[in-house]
Amino acid sequence: MQKSSRLAIYALMELAANPDRQISASEIGEKYRVSSHHLAKVFISLGRAGLVQSIRGVGGGYSFTGNAKRLTLLDIISLFEDTSSACKLNDPSKATDEEWVMFDISKEINDMALATYGSITIATLLKQVDRRGRIRAAKSDGSPALT
Amino acid sequence: MSETPDDMDVAVAVKIGRAGFEYLDRVVDLDSQITGQPKPEYWKDVFERYASRHVEERFFLVAEAPDSKDGDILGLIVGEVRGFEFGSKPCGWIFAVSVHPDSRQRGIGEALFTAICDEFRQIGIVKVRTMVQREDPLHMSFFRSEGMVAGPYIQFEMSLED
Repeated sequence: MQKSSRLAIYALMELAANPDRQISASEIGEKYRVSSHHLAKVFISLGRAGLVQSIRGVGGGYSFTGNAKRLTLLDIISLFEDTSSACKLNDPSKATDEEWVMFDISKEINDMALATYGSITIATLLKQVDRRGRIRAAKSDGSPALT
Repeated sequence: MSETPDDMDVAVAVKIGRAGFEYLDRVVDLDSQITGQPKPEYWKDVFERYASRHVEERFFLVAEAPDSKDGDILGLIVGEVRGFEFGSKPCGWIFAVSVHPDSRQRGIGEALFTAICDEFRQIGIVKVRTMVQREDPLHMSFFRSEGMVAGPYIQFEMSLED
């Protein structure tokens, strides 16, 4: 996964988890230790896709305008990269048996990755983050792990 | 982006219980509405195996509206304990979950999943598994949303026609 895709997922998780707030790129950049300049470019793509809107001025920032229960990681990654690029033959008409075998293996791995990314929504990610936080909190204060 | 059984726009209360043979026709009807293909013989066989034998470790659960009296069922889930296959310790397997299309996005799938996991826990099972087609985003997304992740096994197959 490319860095832009990863940043976009973090940014959307942050916005979707805080639907009542406008969050600035610098605030998200600080949390994930990335430049707000890079994040600003990511937000342009997310805005074009209709997933965020920006409010300018004091107290401004970005807000999530997508559907967290529908938006999958694959939807987001596809905005930034060609998800089929991991398994392409340069010239199928001239490919050797060896190249075809390697193509089949790459395709098998890529198909699995795409199915995984396509099945995980932003809402599911937020549930996992919440669960992980509760388990970590329970461990730190010695109470039984939550389910 | 698919419609998944976990999407709870408005959660509804449901009554979840074990399915006896009196539910056979309603299960066939539900499945037929979802798949477009009535399979009475298949479901009769499933009822014989999962609703009447070894029921201490086989669970055929149905969801109904709280006030339902022999009415339509809203969803079903079927699973069992399997052990020692592929080097696995005994674990719970879910092999069918369905929610009527008109009743989706109401938390019924989640209620059924939670109920069967509770059944497994009560008999000491600590792991639950299922298998889903890659091209089935509905069920993939549902199980993911319930917290399931890829397990330690990879399914292999080979065509015997080549």
